[in-house]
Formats: sequence, structure tokens, C-alpha cells
Amino acid sequence: MSQRVSVRLRVNGVEHELDVEPRLLLVHALRDELGLTGTHVGCDTSNCGACTVHLDGRAVKSCTVLAVQADEAEVTTIEGLGSPEDLHPVQEAFWEHHGLQCGYCTPGMIMAGADLLARNPDPSEQEVRHALEGNLCRCTGYHNIVKAILSAAETGRRGAIHEPAPSAVGRESAEELAEQGLGA
Amino acid sequence: MSGASDSNGQPWVGRRLRRKEDPPLITGRGRYTDDHSLPGMLFAAIVRSPEAHARVVSIDASAAKQRPGVHAVLTGEDLRLESPLPCAWVPPGVEMNVPDHWPLARGEVNHVGDPVAVVVGQDRYAVVDAAEDVFVEYDPLPVVVDPQEALRDGAPLVHEQFGTNRVHRWSLGADDVEQVLERSDVVIERRIVNHRTSGAPIEPRAVLADYRSGELTVTTSTQVPHFVRLFLALMLGMSEERIRVIAPDVGGGFGAKLQMYGEEALCAAVARHLNRPVKWVETRSEHMMVSHHGRDQVATVRMGATRDGRLTGVHIQLVADLGAYLMLLTPLIPTLGAFVMTGCYEWESARVDITGVFTNKVATDAIRGAGRPEATHMLEVTMDQLAAELGLDPLELRRRNFIPKERFPAETALGMVYDSGDYHGTLARLLEHIDPAEVRREAEGLRARGVYRGIGFSTYTEICGLAPSRIAGPAGVGVQAGLWESALVRVHVSGAVTVYSGTSPHGQGLDTSFAQIVADRLGISPQQVEVMHGDTATGPQGLGTYGSRSLSVGGEAIVKATERVIDKARRIVAHRLEAAPEDVELREGRFSIAGSPDRGMTLAEIAGEAYVVDNMPAGFEPGLEATAFYDPENFVFPFGAHAAVVDVDVETGKVDVVRYVAVDDCGPAINPMLIDGQVHGGIAHAIGQALYERIHYDDEGQLVTGTFVDYALPSAAELPSFETDRTETPSTTTSMGVKGVGEAGTIAASPAVVNAVVDALRPLGIEFLNMPLSPQRVWEAVQQAQEGVRA
Amino acid sequence: MIPAEFDYTAPDTLDAVFAALADGGEDAKLLAGGHSLLPLMKLRLAFPSLLVDLRRVPGLSGVTRSNGDFRIGAMTPHAVLEHTGELGLVARVAGTIADPQVRHRGTIGGSLAHGDPASDLPAAMLVTEARMTLRSAGGAERTVAADDLFVDYLTTAVGEGEVMTEVAVPALDGWGFGYAKFNRRAEDWAMVAACAVVQAQDGVCRDVRVGLTNMASRPLRAEAVEDALRGQPLEADAIARAAELAAEGTDPPGDLNATPDYKRHLARVMTRRALAEAAGTEPGR
Repeated sequence: MSQRVSVRLRVNGVEHELDVEPRLLLVHALRDELGLTGTHVGCDTSNCGACTVHLDGRAVKSCTVLAVQADEAEVTTIEGLGSPEDLHPVQEAFWEHHGLQCGYCTPGMIMAGADLLARNPDPSEQEVRHALEGNLCRCTGYHNIVKAILSAAETGRRGAIHEPAPSAVGRESAEELAEQGLGA
Repeated sequence: MSGASDSNGQPWVGRRLRRKEDPPLITGRGRYTDDHSLPGMLFAAIVRSPEAHARVVSIDASAAKQRPGVHAVLTGEDLRLESPLPCAWVPPGVEMNVPDHWPLARGEVNHVGDPVAVVVGQDRYAVVDAAEDVFVEYDPLPVVVDPQEALRDGAPLVHEQFGTNRVHRWSLGADDVEQVLERSDVVIERRIVNHRTSGAPIEPRAVLADYRSGELTVTTSTQVPHFVRLFLALMLGMSEERIRVIAPDVGGGFGAKLQMYGEEALCAAVARHLNRPVKWVETRSEHMMVSHHGRDQVATVRMGATRDGRLTGVHIQLVADLGAYLMLLTPLIPTLGAFVMTGCYEWESARVDITGVFTNKVATDAIRGAGRPEATHMLEVTMDQLAAELGLDPLELRRRNFIPKERFPAETALGMVYDSGDYHGTLARLLEHIDPAEVRREAEGLRARGVYRGIGFSTYTEICGLAPSRIAGPAGVGVQAGLWESALVRVHVSGAVTVYSGTSPHGQGLDTSFAQIVADRLGISPQQVEVMHGDTATGPQGLGTYGSRSLSVGGEAIVKATERVIDKARRIVAHRLEAAPEDVELREGRFSIAGSPDRGMTLAEIAGEAYVVDNMPAGFEPGLEATAFYDPENFVFPFGAHAAVVDVDVETGKVDVVRYVAVDDCGPAINPMLIDGQVHGGIAHAIGQALYERIHYDDEGQLVTGTFVDYALPSAAELPSFETDRTETPSTTTSMGVKGVGEAGTIAASPAVVNAVVDALRPLGIEFLNMPLSPQRVWEAVQQAQEGVRA
Repeated sequence: MIPAEFDYTAPDTLDAVFAALADGGEDAKLLAGGHSLLPLMKLRLAFPSLLVDLRRVPGLSGVTRSNGDFRIGAMTPHAVLEHTGELGLVARVAGTIADPQVRHRGTIGGSLAHGDPASDLPAAMLVTEARMTLRSAGGAERTVAADDLFVDYLTTAVGEGEVMTEVAVPALDGWGFGYAKFNRRAEDWAMVAACAVVQAQDGVCRDVRVGLTNMASRPLRAEAVEDALRGQPLEADAIARAAELAAEGTDPPGDLNATPDYKRHLARVMTRRALAEAAGTEPGR
């Protein structure tokens, strides 16, 4: 029997303590252990981005993070970004602009889009497209995904964006990131 | 009866209504197959052949069985199946070699990934470990990968018993085509390669089978739950009513889930064998290896014209690489394309000769467009080649040969009857959005910087709305099924409505468009219409979603069922308000008496009467619901005109699509937003094939492009935004005039892109290129052209 | 896909890391961001018996400047490099690695120690003439020049029991820099890439360094190009002539998407573009 490791995760604001195999991928911890099945798996090679979640405020591919690496970290999944009653502006914009069809890549796309807007509230179309270079979609041709994220950015600039519940995730600006770099 | 249902009195149909489907999907509350779990559930992992062709000498599962958490390791004979996997196309009068195809190989493997054993155990991870401990001894056999190689005498045989790798031959059209070509002023011949691709929905396949007390429930990521139920019944020797197949949220299909897959039967058989629920989830690597592929056709296209640009004849000889087995519709796919190989044009004569071939690769089958992208590609690329030969503008050549709109319904040189079309109209609309002369002026300016800009067009028509049973069924084309669709419309006591459709949409947004259709007709809001599908235990028999059929066949069935409900509603209103049923009409959300708009009843009031049965005449049958089946009289033929503008960096060979304009005509729009979405996705799929995606096997039959690292699905960073517009020419086949649009973008776009690249490179003397236009291929063409100039 | 079983530890001091590595033996591996190692483990192309995670060891992340060097902690993620514009070429290069999610997790130390010749950062280390600090048990420490770090395909000079703790990148104040990366999709590894730094004086190339990615089993300096351009005017013609020499001494592996010949050609084109960007004669793409 292989080693088990105890891991403490704060997921969507809720503390969890899990006893896991070291090899358990974060995406499987979220899906199989915590029942948060909104985070999807679409490839084996960290290409598709369907598994994107926010880890300590940054978008990551949860298929390429071990659950043990996320010990003591703050995780936000699509379920915690906004609720059906209180949608995050990116979720709202995906709905409004038909930014999804089958919905499978959608959680990852929304998490990547929210991550971008947290750092760059006024992206150009090209910046949006590049921010999505790690997320694959087969249904939409990306057209309406890009449109939705640009529209959510505009909503945000008009001040209508609300702070995503529940944790202070994904809000560092590029400057803050750089500061962390030079100052740490 | 026309509906005028919301507070503004405007119909719901035609509006860009946001989707009913979306709230769960944008909040992570969707339920895809792998999101379902059952108590006592086991996981399956499959041991697959690393060899492309071999005899299985022995399988040693003893080590795997010893591993903790492993419940069983099963091989081919353990499954106790009554029949192999199906091929549903049996064309009358055509000899076809059909090999047995079992969910687990019996003695021989014929492509990399062919399954040989299944490991079942307690945990997702443990079964993967155990599968690595199953030791299979293979005795390799010679491998054949190239379809044209496979047809040569002495080529290694995929299936020894047939003595040939040829699957079948199938022809359509006139015998005189070569004579017509001989008489033509100009004849050109091109070899058009349409390479193999993967459907690659972002959700890989998954199956959860639960067998208890003689009842089997299979949740599976499929486009065709009813087909799966029927074939499970046949394969497992079970009675069909004891099986329930559920397609829950399905994360894209693109044809890759229009199949009866071995893993579906495998999980069901193992669940029965062990009396435990069993789940299998395909990895992406498995998807690339064993979910059926698409395309893989090589066509020799001979096309003739008069000197002044009148098309005379087209003769297409097509070799289709069908892979190692014939799956559900494998050999039918090139035939489906053949039906529209004359495109939008008038010809004196046309003929298509198809040869299907076995190779040691996974089977090909329907992938978005299924034969029609190949047909359009070979035709539209060759049209540009012919225009160049004639010294004509490629659009002018098209215009001179379009079937004029007054000629519809138009019988083509291949015997199809196109329902409606206005090809000049869509092309004219396209040119309102993009001016080729302006693009050419831009190109002049860019060339000095090493950027070669080109513009390419594609004017297409396709065939969808699968399918009229009398044409496509056993006595016609030979599909072993009827191809109608069903619907049940149920008005509840409160006046809310549930629609059960036999289609099985998986992202197209039909919950919304169906609701719009029904809402208008019943005078309610789409919010009050729930659409259910994808579950064989609810609603009538159905056939699924493929071939752009859900609206034009499934939607028509819904209209028919709704009309039956309306008939009854009118009788109830007529009785209650003492009028004649024929005088009852829908006005502003109420069924009211013609001429007395204040006398009327809402649907809720009518439903109340129907279910409470208070004050109804003797013999009144309670309830307010109806079932209908719709079998179309003919196919429907959407069409359109697309333009691509590309920039080619001739130093590196890299091609960028910088503009893409699409004008499509799929009849009257139910929800234009959804149409745009279908077109966008279709275009991206075809740009993917034209520039990025390719399934490649090496000479040993090893799959080289086995993950998303090598199989290059384009991302947002590689694509532009698309410009879309529509014209609306109603179909004469459907009551709503609707056609289909799920595949149109994919059918249209690859030739537009390839023609644009060739247009860009013509100044260098490059006249013809085959897909995929990878940087290296383009660069090599540029090198050769420049060497030619130097020489 | 799922990695094979392994044991795991996340020590909170370097000494404990060294002890764990010693205990773990030859199949123990260090884990930084995991974005080189975990993909290989998921495909079962790597099977470490023990992963020693560096995430709890303090002081391994961040960028500071001292004595003309940027000192970059080995655990600094690519995203931080990307947004630290002062890093010049290194920031430019880091911003092209894979995709945003990967850049949030992948680290400079992890990437360099992995030694993949198709990775973006190694060639940038060559041209900036960066130095890596390798520490081992008992307080031992050595510094390895970038040129000595990259030995062969997936092979570096980082020894068993050694941990890369810091990368010192000379600031190259006043140098121009450029990066030209060729790949099919933005997310992909470089098919070929070239990075360049140029020191100009009165329009003449005083010094120049050019690095090549994926042109051999390790990253390379294009010395013939450098020699040809040094002392020449930084004009398009001279740059183009020098760049023509970019494939000298390379040995690119062929693959599905590119033959060696094509890669040599791309090396010349990318070198010219990187130099032009560095010299300011052409904007970067």
C-alpha cells in the first residue's frame, strides 16, 4: 500500500482535510473527493485547459498539480466563482453572448477569462485570444468566447463588476505580480 | 396559425434568445457522464494493442489480478456477447467485405489500440496500474497503412479471409461522363487528398453501466442513445425494453459520438458479469487512438468545361481509407458526400466511383460533415483550378454555372433533387461584406514585406436533414433503419409544457430553439417549455442527433405533435365557448374565437379543462398531449458562400487566417444567435483541418499524433473573429422551411482557406496545394517554386 | 492519465531536502512547479520513487537586483518573470512559454534543471551568460555557467543531491534584446526559436549574443552569427548576412512537423528577426 498524505485545502471558502495518495491529481481531488464535478478533464497533456481552477488566486491546470502541492492553498473552482443566483460577470457574459455550446470547456474558459480580467481589466481582442491560448474549445470557434470576455471587461470598467465570492482570488494586477517578483 | 406570444406581440421564433441550457453549464452544475457515480461502482481500464497488426498469442493477467482492488480481468470470450459490433449500411446490390468486430479482440488485433482485455477494479487509479501488469504476447503480422498501397497486388492483407483489402465499390451517376469530358474544350485533373482527422470533442467518451435484477441502465456520452440501446439488446441478447440508455450532458460529439462503441457493450457486459456498476472514462490518448476518425479520402477529380466557362462534366474517382473495421456507418460516409459532388452547379454529366479500403488504422466514420466536407473540398478546390486554367475569375466561373434559383426544385446530374437555393443571392450578399479587389490591393502592399495575402472562396451546397426513410433506408441507399424522428408534446395541468424529442442534442442549443417553436404555437413563453431528450426511458422511440437533422427532422416532428395538441385545444375551447373548432385561433397568447378576441382561453385554462374534465362532453378523452413521428419527403439542402483571407509568411510557410466571411442560408432562422454559433464552430473545425490538424500514422501503423500536443487543435490565439451573415431561402421540404446548419461551416470552409493560400502564392508560381497547409509544406512549395524560377 | 505511485515529502529546509534526496536514492526527484515533470509522469514516461517538493523551503522565489545581476530564485514562476519588465530578454521569453496557466506554475529552476532543448528559457540563459547556484548537503555550493549547465537532451550538470537555488542573470543594461519563436500554435513548444542581445554604439554592433532553441540536443549559441555581426553596422543588410550563418554547428532533430533542413532554415529566419528586434530595425512579432 502506498503512502498517504494529509492535505488541507480551502476550496471555495470551505476548509477540507483529505487523506490522499501523493499521486492524486488536484482535479481528481476536487471531482472525486469533494464532488466538485464542474472542473473537467479533457486531455492528458496539460493542453486543453478544461481543468482550469484558481490556486491562490491564479489560474492553473488542476490536472498538472498534485493535490499535495495544493496543501494549505486556496482553491476556487467554477462552482465558487459565482452561483446560479449571483453570476460572476464572466459567467453572465458567456450566457449573454452564447460563449458556450456543449459546456465542457466552459468552466475552464470562464476561469481563464476571470483570471485575465483580474489582472488586465481592459484587454484588447488579441490579449484575450492570447490569454486563452491554453484552453481548447471545439464548439464555438472561440468567436463568442472572446466576445463574452471583452463584454465582461466592459461591464467591469463600467464599475458593475462585483467582487467574486468567496476569496480574494485573482486580483493581482500585472504591477503587483512584478512587485512580488522584484521585492520578494 | 401564427403565434404572437410575448408582451410585445412578437413571435419567439427568429429571436436571439439566450439559451435555456446555460445556467447549469456556466456554474459548474452540468452533469456529464463522468460526473455520475453509483454505490458499489467499479472502474474499468482497457488493455490495448501496441501493435498495428498481430496475432494474440497469449494473455497473462495473473499479476494484474493479484493487485489490490482488482476485481476481474476479462478477455474476448469472457463477455458472452451474441453478436459483434454493427455496421448499419448494407447497400442493395453491392458486395461488401464485413469483418467481425468485437469489443475485445478475438485472436487478432488490426490497429494500434485494438482492445484485448479489460481490468475492473475499485479505483480509477488502481485499474490503470493493473492494466500495465497484463502481459500480452503478440505475433506481429505485416502492416499496411496507405490505402492506395493496400489495393496493390501482394499488399499485406488486413483481413486474410477476404483475399483483398478492398471493402467495396460504389458508383453514382452517368456512364457517359468520360465521353463528355473528351468532347470538352478544357479538362483538368487534380489529385485531392483529404487527410485523416479526429473529431476531438473536448469531453472524451465515458460510459457508466449498471445491471441489476435483469435491467440494464447505461449512461454514455453519445449522440445516439436509441441506437445504442438497440445494439446493446442485440449484442447482449437482452430484450430492448429492459435496457435504458441515457445521454446526459454530452461534451460535444462532432460525429465521434455517433457510434456504437465497443466500450459501451463492454461496460454493459462486465456490469452484467460482475453484478456491479462499471464506469469507463476514455483518456484523450485513447480518444485519438480508438474513437473513430474522419475523412481520409484521396480523390482523382477530372473536370471539364467549354472555353467560355460552361461546366461540362465531372468524374470523381475516390479511394476511401476505411481503416481496419466497418463501424456503424463507415462505408456510407463517402457515399453521403457523393450526393452533393455536383455542388451548386449545372453539369451535362457527372459520376462518382468510390472504392473502400481496409488499412491497419482505426475505422473512419462520420466526423462533422461526414463525406460532405470532402465532397465540397474536392469540388471547390478543383473549380478554382479550372478557373485558373480558363483564365477566368473563380467567382465568374461559379456564377456562369450556378443552378438558377427559378429552377428549384432542381434535379442534379447525380439524380438528387435539391429543394431550394439561391446561389447568386448568397454570393452577392457575401460580396457586400468583402471586396476581393480591395483585398488584392492590400496584398500588393504587403508583398514587399514578405507577407503574401490571398483570398479564396467556396460556394457550397450540402445535404442534410437525415433522412427520408424511403430514400436512405434499406431499399434505397441501404441504411438498415428508418430515419424519421419523433416528438411528444405534453401540456401539464398548469399549462406548462414538456417536449420530448427523439433527437439527442449535445450543445447545439435545441432546448432553446425547440422551446421557441412550441411557445409561439401554444401562446406561452419558452420559459414554460421544458425540452427533454437523450433518455430512452422518456418519450417515444428516437434516432438521435447527426447529419444536421435535429431541427429539420426533429423540429418538424415537434411541430407535428404540437399541431395535434392544438387540434385538441381548439376542440376544448370550441366546446367551452360554444364555437366551431375551426374558428378558434391563437391571438396574443390566448386561443380565442375569430371575430371575438375577448372570448378566449389561455393554454393553462385549456389544460385545466383537459385534465380536470369538468363539463366536457361524454366520451371526452382526458389529457392534453400528442406524439408524432415525422419522416421527411426529401433531404434539405442548405447552401452558402464563404470567403477566407489569409496571410502567408513565405519565409516560414506559416499561414494565418486574417479574415473569414460566411454567408449561409439554412432557411428561416429560429434563433439567429445559435446559427451563428454553429457556423463559427464549423469554420474553426475546417480551418483546423486545413492548417493544423492531422492524424498521422507511421509506416508501422504507429499513431504519431496521439495527444493534443501533436494533434494541433487550434486555440483562440490562432483564429480570427468571424463575420457571418445569412440569407433565408425556405426549404420546400419542411413545414417551417428550415434546413440545418450544424455542419455547414465545416463543409464550406476548408476549400476557401486552401484556395486563399493558393491565391496568395500564385505570384510565386504556386498553383496547387493539398491540405494540411502546415508551415513546412507551404515552405517546401515556396522553395520548389523559387528553385523552378532559378532553373 | 495518471502517474504511477510514488512517495512524497515537502521539507521546510534545504538541509531536509538534501536528507530526503539522499534517503530516496537515484529515483528520487525534486519537484518545483511540476510542469515539466508531472506531464511525463502522467504519460508514464517518468517513474520517480520519491518526489521532494521544494515549495515549503523559504527564500527560493522572487527577483532582486544586486551588483549588476538579477538574482532570481529558482522557484520563481514564469509569470513573475514575464511581468518583471526590467529582466528584458528573460521577461520577453518567459511571456511566450506555453500558456498563462503553465506560466503561473512552471518555475525557472524547474525548467532549467529539466534541460529540454525545446524550452524557451535555456537559450536566454546562454545569451545573458547567466550563472546557476547549485547547493548540496553540508552547505556546499557551486556556481555553474549556463553554458556548462546544459549537457545533452534532458541532461544537465545538476548532480544527484544538488538543488538549483538561484539564477543570476547579468542585467545587460543598455543592451537591446529580441526573441523570435516559431511554433504552430501559441501554446506549443518552439519548433525553433532564436534570442538575441545586442550592444550598440553609434549604430555599430559592439557586442552581440545569439541563442538557439531546439536546434540540437541542447540549447546553442550561434557563434558564427555573433562573430559576423560584431563590429558591423546594425543595419538590415548586415543583420541578414550574419543571420545566414545561424545554422552552422547545429544538429536539429527532425520531427513530424519539421525536417532538419527546414529547422535550419527557420533558425536563420528567426535569428534575423530576433537580431532585428534587438537592434530596433524591426519590431518584434
